[in-house]
Amino acid sequence: MSESEDRKPQRARPSLFLERQSYRRRRLMDAARLLPILGAALIALPLLWPSQTSPEDGVPLSSAILYIFACWVFLIVVSLIFGFAAKRMATGDDPEAESDRWPH
Amino acid sequence: MATLNVLILVCLGYVVLLFGVAFAADRMAAAGRGAWLRSPLIYTLSLSIYCTAWTFYGAVGNAARSGLEFVTIYLGPTLVMLSWWWGLRKLVRVGRSQRVTSIADLISSRYGKSNTLAICVTILAVLGGTPYIALQLQSITLSFSIFAEADPSGLYREGSSVFWVAAGLAMFAILFGTRNLDANERHHGVVTAIALESVVKLFALIAVGVFVVWGVAGGIGPMMARIDASEIGQWNVDAGRWTTFIFLSAAAFICLPRMFQVMVVENADEGHLRTAAWAFPLYLLLMSLFVVPIAVVGLDLLPEGSNPDLFVLTVPLSQGNDWLAMLSFIGGFSSATSMVIVTAMALSTMVSNHLVMPIWLSTQEGSGSVSGDVRNVVLVARRVSIAVIMAMGYYYYRLSGGGAALASIGLVAFAGIAQILPALVGGLFWRGATRTGALIGLTVGFVLWIYTLLLPGMDGALMPQSVLQNGPFGWGWLRPQALFGIEGMDPMVHTVMWSLSLNAFAFCAASLLSFPSPLERLQGAQFVNVFDHSVAPRGWSGSVAQSEDLMIMTQRILGAGPAQEFFQAEARAQGGRTSLPEPTPGFLERLERELSGSVGAATAHAMIGQIVGGSSVSVEDLLAVADESAQMLEYSSQLEAKSAELSRTARKLREANTKLTQISEQKDSFLSQVSHELRTPMTSIRAFSEIMRDTDGLTPEEQTRYAAIIHDEALRLTRLLDDLLDLSVLESGRVNLNMSGESLSAVLDRAVSSALAGSRSTLTVRRTRQSERIPLHTDLDRLGQVFINLISNAQKYCDAEDPVLTISAHDVGGQVVIDFADNGSGIPPEAQSMVFEKFARVGGDKAGGAGLGLAICREIMQRLGGEITYLPGQGGAAFRVRLPMAYRQAAQ
Repeated sequence: MSESEDRKPQRARPSLFLERQSYRRRRLMDAARLLPILGAALIALPLLWPSQTSPEDGVPLSSAILYIFACWVFLIVVSLIFGFAAKRMATGDDPEAESDRWPH
Repeated sequence: MATLNVLILVCLGYVVLLFGVAFAADRMAAAGRGAWLRSPLIYTLSLSIYCTAWTFYGAVGNAARSGLEFVTIYLGPTLVMLSWWWGLRKLVRVGRSQRVTSIADLISSRYGKSNTLAICVTILAVLGGTPYIALQLQSITLSFSIFAEADPSGLYREGSSVFWVAAGLAMFAILFGTRNLDANERHHGVVTAIALESVVKLFALIAVGVFVVWGVAGGIGPMMARIDASEIGQWNVDAGRWTTFIFLSAAAFICLPRMFQVMVVENADEGHLRTAAWAFPLYLLLMSLFVVPIAVVGLDLLPEGSNPDLFVLTVPLSQGNDWLAMLSFIGGFSSATSMVIVTAMALSTMVSNHLVMPIWLSTQEGSGSVSGDVRNVVLVARRVSIAVIMAMGYYYYRLSGGGAALASIGLVAFAGIAQILPALVGGLFWRGATRTGALIGLTVGFVLWIYTLLLPGMDGALMPQSVLQNGPFGWGWLRPQALFGIEGMDPMVHTVMWSLSLNAFAFCAASLLSFPSPLERLQGAQFVNVFDHSVAPRGWSGSVAQSEDLMIMTQRILGAGPAQEFFQAEARAQGGRTSLPEPTPGFLERLERELSGSVGAATAHAMIGQIVGGSSVSVEDLLAVADESAQMLEYSSQLEAKSAELSRTARKLREANTKLTQISEQKDSFLSQVSHELRTPMTSIRAFSEIMRDTDGLTPEEQTRYAAIIHDEALRLTRLLDDLLDLSVLESGRVNLNMSGESLSAVLDRAVSSALAGSRSTLTVRRTRQSERIPLHTDLDRLGQVFINLISNAQKYCDAEDPVLTISAHDVGGQVVIDFADNGSGIPPEAQSMVFEKFARVGGDKAGGAGLGLAICREIMQRLGGEITYLPGQGGAAFRVRLPMAYRQAAQ
């Protein structure tokens, strides 16, 4: 329940800051939450490209393909990294790793 | 040229392979072997039933028509998978903890196990799913027809081939999808077969892609140049369609019954999501990698007017690469079959659990122990549902004629099924979402979807052209494709925008305005806070007699073996000696969850309700699962109670300590006082006896006087000792009360006469004899002793010139109250609290008392159940004696 990672009973007041490891873990969760937003932003970006008015000044389809697939690969790689990090986290000693609570 | 016969042979061989794989996987799972069947890889591959024949063939067709727009259908699910940490993970956790069997079951379970909602979602899913199945059948027949055209023997008949395909798929779904009743158990056979099919279709598409890029175009560079030179060679995407389709495919990815089936119901381990989060987007990327090249090359190579939806097949065929075409055909066939099988399974579960079972249950109403084998009913219902759904798909295909109308049905189905999204997301993340809200939102979205998309899309078959042009009854603002007069939107974007936004608005508004039932609130708390407490609500209260009925019912659903095993395990866990467990709320809740794995939450709830009777949701239950803040409140209030208890105990201990100290101090002072009191008379006795002993020639008068003094002092000592003895007896509580009855007046008579006897004082006693006629039942001697003490005190201490003692008796509030008031100067206020203490004397030692009289009086009155108090403000000294009513009544 407590936000505190401080398990030492002799400390009367819970510490204000988390231990370094827990802090990292929480920021990792933040990153996981932000990833789809980043993805949506990247995918929405082509909408800002100039629309085709004449065959000359549009964006060539090959560039569009390269951009879209590059973003896609980037998102997959980030997700892969997060997947491994989450796995390492889950096998850690802290049961809070599986918690979905926002670090308020 | 591959003949049609070879194709059919390959097809049949492939189907036999699928059957074999499914059968072997089921056998391995049953034998407990094959951990890889539950691996994240199989899970990820099974998710790929998202890619149906519509995406396998249709993506290329879409790309040939509108460039990169096809990729939206893959980008939506990619975004969903990327947000697995806060989205899908919760969905899967809820699905597992509530033993959800389908998306309809999930929605119904969230909103208080409402079957109405389940029926709505089921109808929506069937309406959206049937055309989709028809689309798969169409793709298979179309691909058949491509080969048939090329085959000179021409034995191919379209109608019968569709029929046989549909029948074969239904058979597969029935054989492997309804083997075990518990829909929550994994269908290893089906899942493994789908995984294999997903590998096949990916391999086929990549093979065609590689052939096109390196075999036809001659490498990546030339391919890119060719793409830019083609008629779709410019980035030309409508922003509205782009965003709408991404959103729509993301929504459909979650809401489609078949996706829910493989993603949530068949999920063996939550951790698999971690792998699927990157592996499934990778799969989608590979699936879409060669779509544009195939489309571009198809547009280049094939004659004008050829169907771009079949480029995957026709491009290799036109190049004379028959075996590649065959592979591509198998890929399309795989996409279609896996989709149809899982959809049929998911829909049949929904239909049997939410439509057939409730109807069947209502025909069994009243009979506590249901008759007939429920297991069979459910299984037969499920199998018949699969057959009916496949038949519906088949007839839909026949009726629609398999034309172009079908091609757009994929997105139409997406838009329909996405109407579940507000209720689903709201149910998972918002505790305030109610059943009424979900119902109204779904209805609004559903009606708008039918009105703006499904009916206009039927080419005037069900909606007259006039309505489409001018709106119903000529109301222009209600035109199906230009609601509220907003024209010029793409019909798809128009529908999705209006139906989903109004759906969400109605859902939120109705949720805010309505009030949920207790069960809804419980389920809501469990869904939204699933990571905090994955416990089902305790809603049942049963009696022992019902255990047997429950056992009979459970046997019929789970089968005799598993049911007995479950009941025995429960009985053992309860520590009972019999084989039947007590129907505790916990047991009933587990049983309900077990049953809901087979027949769905709403039906299981209703079945147990039939036997056990009403469900009871107590305030404690609500509080217990309310939410984390309630838990914390509870916890902190427990802590508070504990600390309050501790401080109470500490206070008591302090009080006890003070009392002990006081008692010890009192004892010390008492001893010193007693010794002091004893010493004064002893001193005079010793002094006068020494005088008498040592002094010669005392006159007889002197001798008499001294002897009298010694005698008086000895008397005083005796009195003191008597008083002390009396007090100690009274204080220790060892006093024997000698209860007897007499009137108050008689007691007072005796007391007055004995107190005034032989006294020289002139005390006048005033009494009111009428009021003294109160019968008493008490220790009369002790009471008399109190009265005598009070009268003699007045006699001794009243300093008035004509001392008068007024004795008055009343009956106040059921108590006998006797006041003794004199007309003297009274007791000074600072001494009033002291008068009842031992050795307390007011105004020095002039009357020669030991100061124990009033202390004794107080003790006596306590023993008699009454009290004696000082009455201030009466002009002189006044004492009030109270006797309880009980003594008086006992005398009557």
